[in-house]
Amino acid sequence: MNGAQDLGGQMGFGPIELEENEPNFHADWEKRAFAVTLAMGATGTWTLDASRFSRESLPPDVYLSSSYYEIWARGLERLVVKYGLVTEDELKEGQPKAPAQPVKKVLKSADVATTLAKGATVDRPQSEAARFKVGDPVRTKRMHPEHHTRLPRYARDVVGKIEAIHGVHVFPDANAHGKGEQPCWLYGVVFRGPDIWGEDSDPTLTLRIDLWEPYLDPA
Amino acid sequence: MSGHDHDHDHSELSDIELRVRALETLLTEKGYVDPPALDELIETYETKIGPKNGAQVVAKVWTDPDYRNRLLEDATSAIAELGFTGRQGEHMVAVENTPGTHNMVVCTLCSCYPWTVLGLPPVWYKSAPYRSRAVRDPRGVLAEFGITLPAAKEIKVWDSTAEVRYLVVPERPEGTDGWSAEQLAELVTRDSMIGTGLAASPEQAKESA
Repeated sequence: MNGAQDLGGQMGFGPIELEENEPNFHADWEKRAFAVTLAMGATGTWTLDASRFSRESLPPDVYLSSSYYEIWARGLERLVVKYGLVTEDELKEGQPKAPAQPVKKVLKSADVATTLAKGATVDRPQSEAARFKVGDPVRTKRMHPEHHTRLPRYARDVVGKIEAIHGVHVFPDANAHGKGEQPCWLYGVVFRGPDIWGEDSDPTLTLRIDLWEPYLDPA
Repeated sequence: MSGHDHDHDHSELSDIELRVRALETLLTEKGYVDPPALDELIETYETKIGPKNGAQVVAKVWTDPDYRNRLLEDATSAIAELGFTGRQGEHMVAVENTPGTHNMVVCTLCSCYPWTVLGLPPVWYKSAPYRSRAVRDPRGVLAEFGITLPAAKEIKVWDSTAEVRYLVVPERPEGTDGWSAEQLAELVTRDSMIGTGLAASPEQAKESA
């Protein structure tokens, strides 16, 4: 979706603010928001794509004025209600009222290390042949879907070239919305800076974006 | 903030602190999360998983040509050889800087980052200024990090939109012939593995020691 998360090429955010000591967390609530988000992800109630969609669905003024872990916390609030684990009323009151719903798994501390080390791979068996091969010119789709997508706005309707083939991966546009994984080919596509940014572009710039086959047409 | 009627006991707490506290309490009391697991998650990323993992990978690349080839061929398994696997590092690709090319990594859509080798990303990596500008004006961004590259050097920017995560292998600093992998790892900065910095020279390393 064309939400506030789609930041590539936007202007006016000012210089990059560097910190001296760069703590991982700047307050206790940031630690809690981080850990609760990971632990709830481990219940298997929603996918990583769905949680990304939840965050980017925050109203643009909220998204852009929230710190990073605040975006996580607000995204999680929406997820637990949307997936029926918590009611609006409970969230408002901060008190449990309705019975808990069954979840696939509750992460225990003894399992944290193995769960993190295992991760969750998103490559899947290949059933159909890839449509493109390395070196093929491709044009990205002109599209403005209201659903989740990983084709950034700045790279739509632009010609690039297939540079890498990453295999078959879960398709976020479907997986974010409970439509199953619908795995498809994932490519590394290279674009010339001037083809994206026009004649003001740094002439030495090239951009690489990982794009799923449904985003691409032959050019 | 929506008023002050709810925080009479904790008037020092901000709206977000109250919201996160309420959310954690609710999810704990409903049995969806186990508090010791939360502490373990925090502890892990505060003390165990960080950029030193990535520095070991780079130092090995600099000292072991076979390892370099394996890493460039299949970074996921080459990195797993050193024991770094898992969350946000399931599908790794390594990209190597050369005299003619500089690589830089960003995630314009969220905050994709190779946790397994670099730990959690710094605030600037997740911020709007970096995410908006890295793809359009990488030289301007590099200048803010104190880096000026030769005008002819190609800049490759990697926008991580998939679950593929990128690790930049910086150029090995001059004057390090004969150094051990352990010594070299000390020169590998976190930023050099994102592409917003270069590896430290032996002189710089001495100054900061």
